[in-house]
Amino acid sequence: MTAGQKNECAFEAPPPFDMASIDDLRWPNDPGELPDWLFTDERIYALERDRIFRGPTWNYVALEAELPKGGDYVRSYVGSFPVVVARDMRGEVHVFENRCAHRGVEFCKTYRGNTRSFVCPYHQWTYDLTGRLAGVPFRRGVGGKGGYPEDFDLNEHSLRKLNAVCRNGVVFASFSDKVEPLADYLGPELLAEFDTIFNGRKLRVLGIHRNVLEGNWKLYQENLKDPYHATLLHTYLTTFGLFVAGNRTGIITDAKGRHSALLNAKPADRPANDESKADIRSFKPGMKLADPRVLDFVTEFDSPWSSSAITIWPNLILIRQMNILSLRMLVPQGPGRFMIVWTAFGYEDDSAEMTQHRLRQNNIFGPGGFLGIDDNEALKFVQDGLRQSVPRSGIAALGQDEESMDTVITDRAIRHMYRHYRDLMGF
Amino acid sequence: MSATVRSSVSFERLVELRLAVEAFHCDYADVLDRGDIEAWPDFFTDDGVYRVIARDNAEANMPLCLMLCEGKGMLKDRAYAIAHTEMYAPRYVQHQISLTRITGVDGAQIKAEANYAVFETLIDEPTRILQVGRYRDTFRLVNDRLLLADRLCVFDTVVVPNCVVFPV
Repeated sequence: MTAGQKNECAFEAPPPFDMASIDDLRWPNDPGELPDWLFTDERIYALERDRIFRGPTWNYVALEAELPKGGDYVRSYVGSFPVVVARDMRGEVHVFENRCAHRGVEFCKTYRGNTRSFVCPYHQWTYDLTGRLAGVPFRRGVGGKGGYPEDFDLNEHSLRKLNAVCRNGVVFASFSDKVEPLADYLGPELLAEFDTIFNGRKLRVLGIHRNVLEGNWKLYQENLKDPYHATLLHTYLTTFGLFVAGNRTGIITDAKGRHSALLNAKPADRPANDESKADIRSFKPGMKLADPRVLDFVTEFDSPWSSSAITIWPNLILIRQMNILSLRMLVPQGPGRFMIVWTAFGYEDDSAEMTQHRLRQNNIFGPGGFLGIDDNEALKFVQDGLRQSVPRSGIAALGQDEESMDTVITDRAIRHMYRHYRDLMGF
Repeated sequence: MSATVRSSVSFERLVELRLAVEAFHCDYADVLDRGDIEAWPDFFTDDGVYRVIARDNAEANMPLCLMLCEGKGMLKDRAYAIAHTEMYAPRYVQHQISLTRITGVDGAQIKAEANYAVFETLIDEPTRILQVGRYRDTFRLVNDRLLLADRLCVFDTVVVPNCVVFPV
């Protein structure tokens, strides 16, 4: 075996799923009706792991800015599956499972680092930066006794690799060979929103939040496809015009309905206290900030929108809100629980003042954010209701399936997502 | 208290300062544990800085904070948001602050550290550990009263349970 040899160990397709085993779960052919079991049933969760996260999807795993040098790596996830993202000495980025091929040890136990190789701590199996098994101790035994059989082939015991693709500094991975190229996967409208943020400028990671929500992971995708709540729940969005009905707003989806972007143009001043605000309890026309710097908006993008809240199916939320730039990676941990890894970033050539401004503005989001708190709590309340009550279906009935994009009192994007979900899941 | 501080300040002065800082922690915890959030900014100087940062970020030199207030205005805005604009389930919080030590004295400026734990209790749920961490403080003596010029809260509980509503 030569040093440059590639790791060819790949994942097999998931085994066939016995759909008869979920025959008791009935879902009328209406994506606006959402039965509780979608969010609570272990069998549905298992099927999601196979058909969505191991299926024909691209999953965000890291920013290249987290791995600037050869040998840099981060721990990450594709769905619930632990992976390592590593850059080899030639500069190429690899994504492989965080599970030793020998006995299953999750060998990478640090958030990030730099290394020449990954050594499993249990029996010292050693992998290179591409995930290829480079060596095992006592391969030929000791004193002619023991050791692996003559025909033991290191190459067959490498870490299994995922397909990886980088676009302007963002790394996505897929278990599937059938998934379309990333640009086609996103579609032209969503790609344009994505490229507004990732426009080739080098990124600087400002830091990472992690939190665990006691809810189903799909509720979070829904949350960002749900302009109805955005204009009702969040005082900071409504009162200061960051997102409110009555602004120039809209929601777009890709052709398949799996991704979306919630768009808003903040007025130069505060939004008018007109009749469109009458239903909004969170709208506080008299509220004044003692230090309004948190709301300063430095124009930096060639876009009509001051905010773009993008959902990329299935595991990514990408936020551009004024000068906040951040990614939220969803990591399901069972039907009723998921982790969010929030990565806040700016650009490498930001001035010190701009970096401080982004950090200050990040008070709005995150697990301690002015409106991050609202959402985290609301989703927990949803799951509390689904978990403990007599089962029933929820509804997502606002608006029309075909309507103009500037309607925001609508559940259109939620229904589009569940239509695509039904296809993927085989319902 | 560290050896360098001990050599420059008398033992009696250090004990006195430590007792004063511990009394400050008691008052600070009392205000937050009673839920009197709008009294919280008064523990800071007008230019006081308050940061809550995950230990992981702090050790990787990544500046992102869970909460960041630069000056009294932002402290007040944070308190106002919690009291009047944010939506969250009612809860009790309780601070335990321990191992207070004085790490530096420079005229009216005192540096100190302490460990903290914050417990959180929601309706019909068992009490949980919301956060454990370490305060790295700079106090200033203003009219014989200690005020925070800088409180950096570095928390070990990197994976936040749902959210952190109140300052720690």
